[in-house]
Amino acid sequence: MNSRLKANIINTTSIILIYIILVLLIRIGFINNYYEGILIEMGINIILAVSLNLATGYLGQLTLGHAGFMAIGAYTAAILSARMNLPDLPLLLVSIVLGGLLAAFFAFLMAIPVFRLRGDYLAILTLGFGEIIRVIILNMKITGGGKGLSGILPLTSFSTVYFITVITVTIFYTLINSRHGRAIISIREDEIAAEAVGISTKYYKTFAFTLAAFFAGVAGGLFAHHTLVLDPKDFNFIRSIEILIIVVLGGMGNLTGSVLAAIIITILPRLLMGFADWNMIIYSVLLIAMMLFKPGGLLEKREFSLNGLLSGKKKSQGNTPVKNEGSE
Amino acid sequence: MALLETKDLGIAFGGLRAVGDFNIKIDEKELVGLIGPNGAGKTTVFNLLTGVYLPTEGAIYFNGENIVGKKPFEIVEKGITRTFQNIRLFKDLSVLENVKIAFHHKMKYSIAAGIFRLNAYWKEEKEIEEKAMELLKLFDMQDAAYTTAKNLPYGQQRKLEIARALAADPKLLLLDEPAAGMNPQETKELMETIHFIRDKFKIAILLIEHDMSLVMGICERIIVIDYGMIIATGTPEEIKRNKKVIGAYLGE
Amino acid sequence: MDVLAKFLQQLINGIHVGSIYALIALGYTMVYGIIKLINFAHGDIIMMGAYFTFVCIVTFNLPIGVALITPVILCLLSGILIERVAYKPLRNSPRLSALITAIGVSFLLENVFFKKFGQNPIPFPQIINPSPISLGPLQISRITFITVLISVLLMILLDLFIKKTKPGKAMRAVSEDPGAAQLMGINVNSTISLTFATGSALGAVGGILYSIAYPLIDPFMGVMPGLKAFVAAVLGGIGIIPGAMLGGFIMGIAESLTKGYISSQLADAVVFGILIVVLSLKPSGLLGKNVKEKV
Repeated sequence: MNSRLKANIINTTSIILIYIILVLLIRIGFINNYYEGILIEMGINIILAVSLNLATGYLGQLTLGHAGFMAIGAYTAAILSARMNLPDLPLLLVSIVLGGLLAAFFAFLMAIPVFRLRGDYLAILTLGFGEIIRVIILNMKITGGGKGLSGILPLTSFSTVYFITVITVTIFYTLINSRHGRAIISIREDEIAAEAVGISTKYYKTFAFTLAAFFAGVAGGLFAHHTLVLDPKDFNFIRSIEILIIVVLGGMGNLTGSVLAAIIITILPRLLMGFADWNMIIYSVLLIAMMLFKPGGLLEKREFSLNGLLSGKKKSQGNTPVKNEGSE
Repeated sequence: MALLETKDLGIAFGGLRAVGDFNIKIDEKELVGLIGPNGAGKTTVFNLLTGVYLPTEGAIYFNGENIVGKKPFEIVEKGITRTFQNIRLFKDLSVLENVKIAFHHKMKYSIAAGIFRLNAYWKEEKEIEEKAMELLKLFDMQDAAYTTAKNLPYGQQRKLEIARALAADPKLLLLDEPAAGMNPQETKELMETIHFIRDKFKIAILLIEHDMSLVMGICERIIVIDYGMIIATGTPEEIKRNKKVIGAYLGE
Repeated sequence: MDVLAKFLQQLINGIHVGSIYALIALGYTMVYGIIKLINFAHGDIIMMGAYFTFVCIVTFNLPIGVALITPVILCLLSGILIERVAYKPLRNSPRLSALITAIGVSFLLENVFFKKFGQNPIPFPQIINPSPISLGPLQISRITFITVLISVLLMILLDLFIKKTKPGKAMRAVSEDPGAAQLMGINVNSTISLTFATGSALGAVGGILYSIAYPLIDPFMGVMPGLKAFVAAVLGGIGIIPGAMLGGFIMGIAESLTKGYISSQLADAVVFGILIVVLSLKPSGLLGKNVKEKV
């Protein structure tokens, strides 16, 4: 009981402390608008990566349509926030939650055909759904079609993204370490054995897939109110792949890894700006090199924990290993 | 009433009838062996009983209820669990987690309680942790609790799979070749373990086994199948003398 | 008659694009069959084939025969090189790591060509006289005629190669079971190289034919046809060579009919819609075998 309380206090204090430091740095202008934008994108990428990690890293189903759910969330939130009359913060929260719910609803519908398939067939089907969502958005009036949707209210701020990201990561962390999380992981390990010890694989596959889509939708809503202009091209399958890169780079089934990799992948292209038109070439070479030298992801099995760090040791999480076959 | 009763159970794959006219009764706390030559359909029977395959004919009554058409996980909830011929552990998870997962359907706290770590979460997780450790102790595996399952020696992996099947709280336990790949010493220990399980947990056990010393040594009753049909049932002594059985094994 | 003529015209266009998709799909399916990798960089082989041809003709002014053979050989070598450098070290690693590496290679190729040639599309030289051949009321472009002819010819050759020759049989053996193939004395490494070489050469031809049909080339031109060809391979049953051909033609025809009768913007959605319907009915593709996991 006592150690639990201590852990909670340490975690909460650190989260608030980091927040205060960052806000102070923004206030005194050390972090300018440009860097604040990068921080916001980091948060959005973290939400996208940890949610995809649930479906791909923990549940073990390779999905290539995450950008589709992000798109549903982004457009829904943007369209709703322009039509509702609320103060800024509740307006943002209500619209991104509704965007997330619609994304989750579509994921729920897709789960039936998707989970009849296995492995790479499943991956391609999710890619197909993602592309269909994009083409439908491209052909709708309310979304602005190919011209894009502009005039979105600037509701996303550093503070909102920071706290929503923290809440998201916490939710995924506690979920994974509950009986429901164990059920999800057992499906990745061996579907037949999972079913044979009393786990409804259909229920948990649908649940994990839908929950991942919900948070992709939320990330989309934050993205919309940050960029203020939406173009269907922002959500093509390359976008889904970018999110997958973060997940694999951080390590499948490793939340800390996803967070770290999301930060790196957000900063990397900016750091390489100095190399002018060589930047994307260097980025690709780095990506290949990282996979060649660290095929299990940056952190492999290790989960980072603040409490562990403060007591001088790194804690290895038993139930969050790297799976060898990503899409069996 | 028998714990398990099958009535004219059968399955055909395409035109091939893998199991047919399969009628058995197993009472509570009975220890029964299912034997037969390779390819006789023993594992297919297990797959039918556990809902992995849908029978094309017949019915399965468990505690008087027809369980045909139920999903494997629902059949676990009813009280039948199993092990696999080619061990199926959650390989990358620890021994303890393998067992904990099997307690899943006995736990009640909701997804929200898990995410927000409400009291129910802490209470049940603590309970489960203790129960899982107790179970591992029975199998003398408590020291390996935090070992990754795939790093266990082969015999231990078989034991863990049995422990996991027991964690799901069965009334009938199906063991598919539990002694496969074990040396005589390990087999002897396994026989003791199986006896112990039956007495301690007061459950019925149906086991497939090729090791005749094991089957004859511990089973109270033996069912012999060949080409998907029952050719004999009886006590080990009766089976040993049965002409049909000898024929099936010697290939008459 | 007009209605029928329009339909036939669309159908022919579909067969034209479809035969190119089929050629590209073969490269995906062969590589998948042998190392179970979705080779994302294959789409960029198409782009490379187009640019190499452009350079041979416009920059070096090579005679047309040489200018068409050289790019195919260069792509073939690139395919082998990519496998050796980027995929081979990961053969025993998690499958997704190899997938991400393939994506990295794809990004790399695109950006190298982007750096060299810039983002703006450049016009592809006219190689085939586009004047049409008349077949009754139908006008068939010479380009269509030659494209379909070359594609079908190459597919027949590939089929013969795989079924009749020793290296072809080795390819089938390795894709069936690499371990057993090795024990039978087959050199697995060189067979994999051969697969990449064959697939990349076919991809290069596909790229040249694609650029003749749509004569504007840019560094990212391989992405969409690559994706569609891959979908075609999955549609037919990934790893199965006749499946890739069938899938390619279905994709091409479906796309062309949608563009002709419904809307060109919706063509991509229809193509993926077909994929979803087919996989819902046949979870392992049209010609795929449904393998049940043994319990």
